[in-house]
Amino acid sequence: MLQIRCPWCGDREETEFRYGGQAHVDYPRDPAALDDRAWGEYLFVRDNPKGEFAERWVHTAGCRRWFTTVRDTATNQMRAELPSARKPVM
Amino acid sequence: MVTSRHALPDPPARLWRNPEPKRSYDVVIVGAGGHGLATAYYLARNHGIRDIAVLERGWLAGGNMARNTTIIRSNYLLDASAALYDHALQLWEQLPDELEYDFLLSQRGVLNLAHTEQEVRDSRRRAFANELNGVDAEWVTPDEIAEICPILNTSADLRYPVLGATLQRRAGIAKHDHVAWALARKSDEMGVDLIQECEVTGFLTEGDRVTGVQTTAGPIAAGRVGLAAAGRTSLLTDTLGIRLPLQSHPLQALVSELLEPVHPCVVMSNHVHVYCSQAHKGELVLGAGVDSYNGYAHRGSVHVIENQLAAAVELFPIFARAHVVRTWAGTVDVTPDASPIIGPTPYENLFVNCGWGTGGFKATPGAGWVFAHTIATGEPHPLNAPYGMERFTTGALVDEHGAAAVAH
Repeated sequence: MLQIRCPWCGDREETEFRYGGQAHVDYPRDPAALDDRAWGEYLFVRDNPKGEFAERWVHTAGCRRWFTTVRDTATNQMRAELPSARKPVM
Repeated sequence: MVTSRHALPDPPARLWRNPEPKRSYDVVIVGAGGHGLATAYYLARNHGIRDIAVLERGWLAGGNMARNTTIIRSNYLLDASAALYDHALQLWEQLPDELEYDFLLSQRGVLNLAHTEQEVRDSRRRAFANELNGVDAEWVTPDEIAEICPILNTSADLRYPVLGATLQRRAGIAKHDHVAWALARKSDEMGVDLIQECEVTGFLTEGDRVTGVQTTAGPIAAGRVGLAAAGRTSLLTDTLGIRLPLQSHPLQALVSELLEPVHPCVVMSNHVHVYCSQAHKGELVLGAGVDSYNGYAHRGSVHVIENQLAAAVELFPIFARAHVVRTWAGTVDVTPDASPIIGPTPYENLFVNCGWGTGGFKATPGAGWVFAHTIATGEPHPLNAPYGMERFTTGALVDEHGAAAVAH
């Protein structure tokens, strides 16, 4: 099981969290301006690296806040520094 | 010279050669799992293409082919899915004779349990859809389930009682390793080079044309290249700037110790989420869904195992006395609609067969059949025409999430 560092609550077990996938995927500023390819890309395509991956987690069983952390998908090692306290967007 | 009476017996005849790679092939398949081997087999058998290499970074059938729970079924809801998976099941039924290899295909039936009123409605709808598509399916009541699978707890006092199930009698299991070895032997006999410990690291290109692959054994030219690399597909397509809608997740499974035969069929429960059969040797084989996060570590989190064991013990009270002997994880590539991607790519001569997620084993021969057709002709087979990557632009998804009789 992963141990995940919530920026507000500290180290907690993975079962307290839900996964949110790739971080920094912002809603398009002007969705109507996107063609089908770009809209499909926004809806369906995410990075899938083997290595460091910036991703979203939500502390559902704790403070219920979203945050961004960086995990190595090959080793599950999470960066030691506090995850970004980037303002929750959801 | 006197030979010892106690000389060791001759080692078994090899099932395939271990050739050195040539510098060039008509077709290179990336990945010697079930799908890659089946693709090579049908390229040779159906299309007369014999100058083929199947390149494998590890050992033959050592990836997800070695890690799956061997369930074969075709009771999918949607027309495109039923056609694709039932074609595969029909091929499974022919293959033991055709490959001259008894890989213990056992059509012992699969029960997909329904635990809620909504699930009853959805399950019956799926069974009706299956019937309309010529896929064998029937709805069975708890009393009938108790006869088919006596160890299943069908009493009303379960937290999520079994309200009924769909039954596909033609579904079942097979010995996955032997499936791979059977396909490998026949492919090898037809001249296919199966090359292990040769990792593809990138592509040779001329403009927007792929002309070969870069490997740990040097460059290998190819007329056409087909990817059958499951969870590692997007690592390869990333090198060409092709962005595929794939997310690679750990998918875990587990076995118990060897037990007397107690479990006569395959049972899958979407709602409490576990699936279980008993292997020919006697292990109980269990699985469930993917771990939530992306990962290539070949390991998942223990609470996922704990949850499926809790579900299994609830459904099968006698399993409380069994022990978990091994757990493991593969890396599965999941698409947004839980359906595979099979077809051409923006690069000429490069084709993908990926995105099978948690359900690729059952499709092994069918995937090979349609992917071989796609590679040989440059055009999708009618069965995989709905499965091109363009569906993520057009929106014509084959949305089997939640419809496919088990959650992904």
